[in-house]
Amino acid sequence: MRRGFLFARNESEFMDKREGYMKALKCRECGREYPLAANHVCEFDFGPLEVVYDYQRVKQHLTREALQSRPQTMWRYRELLPIVHEPTVGCEVGFTPLIKADRLAHRLGIGEVWIKNDAVNYPTLSFKDRVVSVALSRARELGFTTVACASTGNLANSVAANAAAAGLRSYVFIPADLEEGKIINSLIYGANVIGIKGHYDEVNRLCAEIAGKFGWAFVNVNMRPYYAEGSKSMGFEIVEQLGWRVPPHTVVCMASGSLLTKIHKSYQEFTKLGLAPETAYKIHGAQATGCSPISTAHKAGMDFFKPVKPNTIAKSLAIGTPADGFYALRVLKETGGACDDVTDDEIREAIKLLAETEGIFAETAGGVTVGVAKKLIASGQIPANDSVVLCVTGNGLKTLDAVARFAGRTREIKPSLREFEALLEAETKLTY
Amino acid sequence: MAVKVRIPTPLRKLTNNEELVEVSAATVGDAIAELQTKFPGIQERLLDDKGAVRRFVNVYVNEEDIRFLQNQQTPLRSGDEMSIVPAIAGG
Repeated sequence: MRRGFLFARNESEFMDKREGYMKALKCRECGREYPLAANHVCEFDFGPLEVVYDYQRVKQHLTREALQSRPQTMWRYRELLPIVHEPTVGCEVGFTPLIKADRLAHRLGIGEVWIKNDAVNYPTLSFKDRVVSVALSRARELGFTTVACASTGNLANSVAANAAAAGLRSYVFIPADLEEGKIINSLIYGANVIGIKGHYDEVNRLCAEIAGKFGWAFVNVNMRPYYAEGSKSMGFEIVEQLGWRVPPHTVVCMASGSLLTKIHKSYQEFTKLGLAPETAYKIHGAQATGCSPISTAHKAGMDFFKPVKPNTIAKSLAIGTPADGFYALRVLKETGGACDDVTDDEIREAIKLLAETEGIFAETAGGVTVGVAKKLIASGQIPANDSVVLCVTGNGLKTLDAVARFAGRTREIKPSLREFEALLEAETKLTY
Repeated sequence: MAVKVRIPTPLRKLTNNEELVEVSAATVGDAIAELQTKFPGIQERLLDDKGAVRRFVNVYVNEEDIRFLQNQQTPLRSGDEMSIVPAIAGG
């Protein structure tokens, strides 16, 4: 039973009627605090605003015992997610499978591999359903009736679907040349889909300029402090599904770099709250070579990145000016993680490897994660006797065009037993 | 050389809520200096103590990021539009 209220009445009553478990928005650069409104940028240094929680109160309510009685959705970690009241959008999102991938581990030459499979997240088959359910629930609390986003595809799908289910009007802005599957997957929900003739960074710039103009909740602009926190739920689930332990290695693909930083934050929060024992861990970053500003900077030992013009089949990762690039580089450095990138061919091979060994069809971003993990294991940066979690963030059915010519081919025959036997015989001869 | 500068929401308190202001400058750096003359305090919001554009500020000339052009030395011509946009967005 996944649906239902998360808290018993007496537990809800502990929640502050005004701010829940949140205290304020705080600039990550200068520390100035701001009210919990739709605001993402410090007006003094343009630093990102982040939600600050009352961890003392969180600790009183978020215990392993309390979690046992809650539905298996991302909202079981409600105290560490930035909404005041019960969620109203995406109540069934999350708690996706964590798969022990032995056949893949064997092929990669490592002791243990786990796949955190957000390719089957509800309702739109990507990790974006996590961030969107938080952003839209919070947008409703703040009184918005129109929601919007700048997207490389998956986010657009999730905003469109969740807004439709919640009765909100939505505008999604995407690069006009996105994969057809991702465009249809937004249009079908009745969203206003605006194709911008340019790459994602241009879409993003436009949205940053218009966000304040129309009084809309732009999930990854003015709602970004709330939105980004939703990604932590992926990390919380990994820890709980591993039996309350932080994995020694986690590989995360990077576009803006936000997911990687939030998985790090989730591990830190669970450790701080005593839900998982303190342990050393490394978070590794994965990018496509055709859009690798963070990977390039990390490999060069720099703590800043140079923006690039993306050119990769991994369109969901094609952000040349990553908003959280600085912070992602910091997490890589702090945890001792590595970072690498893979070519389009390596991405396709990795998609196929994951599919053939584990029956999981990931989108191109998943190919980036698996492809980079393969490289890091081969180079010893993830030791062969160790254990690694790979974050698969989206579903291959949305990026069919990227692998269509590489998946293999059907063999056509007449509906005749003789023809089938002849085919098998011919292929057996070829095999042996 | 009249150049329009698009001011982002967080800075509009300094520009009397004006979204679009006009400067007459030969480069992006000059434009920032002129903005400072017109709207005291705006320069320190845009530049760090070494005079570089803050890392969470993106500046565009005619929709191209100045980091792909000549940064603060990027020339401006009459009719150009310069946009100042918070970098923290998207993803």
